[in-house]
Amino acid sequence: MTAALLLIAVLMLGSAAAAMLRRNLIHSALLLVASWTGVAAFYLWAGAEFVAFAQILVYAGAVSMVVLFAVLLTRQSREADLPIEPATVTRTASAFAVAASLAAVIGSAVATARFPAASAEAPAASVKQIGLELMAEHGAALLIVGIVLTVALIGATVIASNDKKRDPEDAP
Amino acid sequence: MSAAADSFLERAPLELRDWAVQLLPAPLQWISHHLITIVAVLAVFGLFFAFTTVAERKLLGRLQNRLGPNRAGLPKFSILPWHIRHKLFGLSQPFADAVKALTKEDIVPAAADKVLHFLAPVVVVGFSLMTFAVLPFGRNLIPVELDAALLYFFAAGSASELAIFMAGWSSRNKYSLLAAMRALAQLISYELPLILSVVPVVLVASTLSTSAIVQAQGAWTFGVLPHWFVFTPWGFAGFIIFLISALAESNRSPFDLPEAESELVAGHLTEYSGFKYALFFMAEYFGLTALSGLGVTVFLGGWQAPCELLYWVPSYLWFMGKLILMIMLFIWVRGTLLRLRIDQLTRLSWQFLVPLALLNVGNAAFWALTAQWSGPLQLVRWAVSAAIVIVPFLVIGRSLSAGYAPRTYRYAP
Amino acid sequence: MTPLHLCLLISTALFCIGLFGALARSNTILVLLGIELMLNAANINFIAFWRYGPNPAAANGMIFVLFSIAVAAAEAAVGLALIIAVYRHQKNIRLQEATVLKG
Repeated sequence: MTAALLLIAVLMLGSAAAAMLRRNLIHSALLLVASWTGVAAFYLWAGAEFVAFAQILVYAGAVSMVVLFAVLLTRQSREADLPIEPATVTRTASAFAVAASLAAVIGSAVATARFPAASAEAPAASVKQIGLELMAEHGAALLIVGIVLTVALIGATVIASNDKKRDPEDAP
Repeated sequence: MSAAADSFLERAPLELRDWAVQLLPAPLQWISHHLITIVAVLAVFGLFFAFTTVAERKLLGRLQNRLGPNRAGLPKFSILPWHIRHKLFGLSQPFADAVKALTKEDIVPAAADKVLHFLAPVVVVGFSLMTFAVLPFGRNLIPVELDAALLYFFAAGSASELAIFMAGWSSRNKYSLLAAMRALAQLISYELPLILSVVPVVLVASTLSTSAIVQAQGAWTFGVLPHWFVFTPWGFAGFIIFLISALAESNRSPFDLPEAESELVAGHLTEYSGFKYALFFMAEYFGLTALSGLGVTVFLGGWQAPCELLYWVPSYLWFMGKLILMIMLFIWVRGTLLRLRIDQLTRLSWQFLVPLALLNVGNAAFWALTAQWSGPLQLVRWAVSAAIVIVPFLVIGRSLSAGYAPRTYRYAP
Repeated sequence: MTPLHLCLLISTALFCIGLFGALARSNTILVLLGIELMLNAANINFIAFWRYGPNPAAANGMIFVLFSIAVAAAEAAVGLALIIAVYRHQKNIRLQEATVLKG
């Protein structure tokens, strides 16, 4: 069990770190997809299969597509592999210092924390149970999320759309 | 009825597997149990793929008034007697093709991103095979029993978009990249109606598990009219939307824009040759087969027999028969319809299929709410449900095609 | 060390990798992706506490993650639309150069 968790963690963290360090944006985006898939693998490991599949569907299926389209639509050079200018050394060093100190603080806090003992086997949560809870207890939240998503998507379309008039030749 | 469910033919594949497993030493039994399932699915659908290609070429040939491949028989050095040296109607063509693909030179462009160029075909084949894991091929034959099987199916299928992007981008070819972007626009546009067309079934069957969905369709009125979802108004509409979206999702004609050879050389496959090309080709057919299998499972009753008298036929034969019919339908469509333009393609999805699929979800909700109605109310239920399908279809269809008449030619009859 | 501690440490590491990316990179898309990583780290915590928490029978942890995924998807869509809009004005998506608010 723990060995599988460590394997998943290595995949997830390794690809995330590589993505943040690569100079090629497309490689970064694809490595991040690997990292998100690792997160989904973690959900599967923890027994939350519905969430795992939703994670893959949304992140590997949708968000990655949006990111890749954005990368290709904002190309900065004529070359195909889109190198990014290297960040300055001080910037990288200070970012690393901030991230490392935060990691140290949270890590020590987690390491010293005491949690009540948990049950050994995974809790069973069927899709039906999740659905019923979503619709009954969290119905208002579900509605709000639906509205947020609709507004966000319409807003994104409006922001990103080109104002140019459509060519009459475009008619079907 | 239970006698048929327990018949020897029905249990034969499982018995065979258990017999093979118990021959092995105990520590290997668990792993070999799963390995045998995987190998069986790979072997069956690998062969199915091989014969789909030859069936497609032969059928397309017939549709175009030619013969199709009919020369590949047994090899010259075959030890069989002369009277078996028949051409076999060209049925061994796929094996000749496989040998050709394997022995061809594998060309990688000098400027290509070598790692991604190699990974793309592997990813696309791997994930298209993973979708088979949740299809119930027979009463007892489902590789993995999952509670969220439908979600798994679509999650595994969404990885093929990524593979197409990787192929197009890593080739360093503008045709490849353009075609990949086109393919992505198409796949994203049609993923929405594809998923929305399945939602009504989830709503009525109130489960995401594929085997439970098949179970929900297992009854007959008067012993002959099966309770498949395709025989309800919302199910019929959902099935048609599913068919169109499945055609587009598997890049087949009339939606084969990503590989429109007259515009984009060979699309995102331009820089692929030899075995990698064969892998893409394979993944395309696996995707088509998996989507057809899902359509059969969700709308056409899966492994259920069409009438009670034929209940004794093993369930996996029904599944395969329906699957073959679906594939034949897809081949027929390919031989008949012309390719769409990219703007027509996206418009068809967003302005026509998505609104209809959304209304269809409401229709299924109505159907689920009125499940208790009986007697004359049953007729009202059918009429209302049919109206929710037909009226929007006519209204949206008319408004989209308003102002367009068939093209008239000035100088030609 | 219990599995819960291990999960929390992993999510801490993921959060800090995302934070490092968001702070160190100058490309707007990568900054956004760093933020997405941080959101994912938070989701890992929800699932870990659902699995090893005192009340695993309630599916609250999973439901929270589902909402979080939905909001993250909306955030990615809006963020990338903004990036494309900025690029159209400045032909550049480096954060240092996006200093004017008027188009």
